[in-house]
Amino acid sequence: MTAATALFLTAPAAVPLVVAAGYALTGFARRELPRGLPTVRRAERSRPQHAEKAAPVTVQGATSIPPRGKGADPSPPGESAVASSERARHPSDWAAVASPTVILTCAALLAADRVDGGSVSAYSGLLRADALTAWMLLVVGAVAFIACASAPAHLAAERAAGSATAWTVWRYHMLVQTFLGAMCLAVVSANLGVLWVAIEATTVVTAFLVGHRRTRTSVEAAWKYVVICSAGIALAFLGTVLLYYAARQAGISEAWALDWPTLVARADRLDPAVTRLGISLVILGYGAKAGLVPLHAWLPDAHSQAPAPVSALMSGVLLAVALAAILRYRVIADAALGAGFTRVLLAGIALLTLALAAGLLLAQRDYKRMLAYSSMEHMSLIALAAAIGSPLALAAGLLHIAGHGLAKGTAFCASGRILRLRGTSKIGRVRGLLAQSPWLGALFGLAVVALLGFPPFSLFASELGIARAGFAAGAGLGWVTAAALLLVLIAFAALATRTARMLLGPAEPSGESPSALWPLVLGLMACAAIGIATGPLGDLLTQAAAVIERP
Amino acid sequence: MSEGLFTQLLDLACGAFLLAAVVVLWRRELAAIVRLFALQGVALAAIALLLGLHENRWGLIVVAVGIGVLRAGLLPYLIRRALRSFVAERDGGPGGHGWSEEARETQPLVNVAASLLTAAALTLLAYAVARPLVELDPTPATRALPVGLAVVLIGFFVLVTRRRALAQVVGFLLLDNGITATAFLAASGVPLIVELGVSFDVLLAVLVLQVLTVRVREAFGTTDIDDLRELHD
Repeated sequence: MTAATALFLTAPAAVPLVVAAGYALTGFARRELPRGLPTVRRAERSRPQHAEKAAPVTVQGATSIPPRGKGADPSPPGESAVASSERARHPSDWAAVASPTVILTCAALLAADRVDGGSVSAYSGLLRADALTAWMLLVVGAVAFIACASAPAHLAAERAAGSATAWTVWRYHMLVQTFLGAMCLAVVSANLGVLWVAIEATTVVTAFLVGHRRTRTSVEAAWKYVVICSAGIALAFLGTVLLYYAARQAGISEAWALDWPTLVARADRLDPAVTRLGISLVILGYGAKAGLVPLHAWLPDAHSQAPAPVSALMSGVLLAVALAAILRYRVIADAALGAGFTRVLLAGIALLTLALAAGLLLAQRDYKRMLAYSSMEHMSLIALAAAIGSPLALAAGLLHIAGHGLAKGTAFCASGRILRLRGTSKIGRVRGLLAQSPWLGALFGLAVVALLGFPPFSLFASELGIARAGFAAGAGLGWVTAAALLLVLIAFAALATRTARMLLGPAEPSGESPSALWPLVLGLMACAAIGIATGPLGDLLTQAAAVIERP
Repeated sequence: MSEGLFTQLLDLACGAFLLAAVVVLWRRELAAIVRLFALQGVALAAIALLLGLHENRWGLIVVAVGIGVLRAGLLPYLIRRALRSFVAERDGGPGGHGWSEEARETQPLVNVAASLLTAAALTLLAYAVARPLVELDPTPATRALPVGLAVVLIGFFVLVTRRRALAQVVGFLLLDNGITATAFLAASGVPLIVELGVSFDVLLAVLVLQVLTVRVREAFGTTDIDDLRELHD
């Protein structure tokens, strides 16, 4: 282990935590806490409870511009004007972009180092990077960059609307940075126990982000999120414990019995019955975090209530990080049990999730929930790719993780803008978005087009790859793939008609200035770029797929 | 410690561990449920302590003490504090311990008799599921392993059938106790760094849930989770 390797492995997890600590310290140093806290409390207490009952639509919809009594400005000024004037006054919001930049840099350096298919490790094997790690870090960094670069405009508008105080902004930055750090730790950790700790930490950290508005709906979403995810992922820990037991009985020493490379190398010695029980629990548990059936119920609630940049991170990468954990466990399971077991389990879960998501998309009337169900749809496609398990399917699945992260990150950030512009998250009340705000409307529309799987966006290539691999894999999986494609078509129709309803129609032009939308343009361009040519990423993708191929 | 005495003491601790979970199903006062949870923490610490003494591992004994402090002391204290604040508020004075509907599971979704029968069925299920686990390495510790799984299942049952927010938190903690017991009985606990991380996560999760309980009460006027039904499709 060289010093440089240790640095590249440590920095992605450590830098966000340092930035979080920095926000914490400056928050205390400026004594914003005692001043800000009572203001929030008072505002929450004085909010009339009956008004919420009388007008549920307003409360559910208006995240950023809730009715704040007489003091609130009834007509918020043009959002971009506010954004540009506010941005200058809050340079601290931009400090958050530092950590995605560091993550991307480290990922690129690790990737350049790792295209030969080897791996590096540090701290006696605790942190480890192979091609899959580098790929996931790149995705986390890219989506985090979009989310963190969109955050200043989001926070500026919240400040202008009076719904953000110094205390809530401070807390927002601190939690988002800790969230990023935990996700990166989950990606670079070689120890399956530490992986679990990091993924559970993301639940704890994001709970207050989901419930940050303290309205009835957001408190309910936060409660469901913490209870379902913690209980679900506790199953994954039970599975990890059982695997540890099997590994100890197979003669692996205590220090290495949860080490992923060691387990992969000696998986054939694990007791099949115990491993089977353990792997089922692990897939069920991490499946809860990845939004797969049967413990998916938290997902649409949490995604629709969280602030837009946080939804982007949760949907774009948190689900993918949990799925990457499943991909790693699948290698162990296949070596110990043969391919059939995880194939049936993952294919079944993928089809059920896809059917549920497609069915609920048909009846959807809220665009943030619509995007959340679309995330479930895409996660089940990646689970299907994992079930197929051929090199093509795995490469396509990993490409799908990247494409979905970028497109969904953009779509959620844009949906936050729409929410601020219209004050509602009901699809039926948003009409004529293209006429009112052409740039925002076009970006949201293009992001949904990307999610629908149109070229040139990379989801086209990855969905095609998954379908091809599925039909090539044999009769049983061919039928599963055909059924999946039919369900994707249903979801496609639902998503397309609803988005068209939002975008088209007459409306007053708002005279937007699109300057604050550049992160979204960047996200879509990246998504299109890897769809047209993977370029230098192609080798990395092949190597990453090889890491999780069946031994 | 002789082999026979170790086995007997271990079985006793495991019995107390399972019994505490079953009695949680029987009681309705949240204060009593929290007390039972603390007792279960003591039993869990005893299991770890016995294993540590038997294998002469000082690290495990230290972990046992840590587990005892966390699960029999700190976590019950946190829940009790939240409970006391609700009761006091309802009774109009600090330190009031009178009856209030917040302190009781007034209408659990499943009645007591059915709950106890379900607990019996779940325990049988745990023994059936754990057979390959015991067969892999039949020692006194792994023979008691189904107890851990039974508590996991009972914890899940409490989680889905109780309506008070704090009772759900206890359900989540029972589930977690069960997993920790399984880890101890199967492999004398997970490595220390993982154990520390897991304990820290559980503590944070309970703190978050405690704060959220207060917010649920502020927003809905009750901690009855059945009222949380505004988000749906």
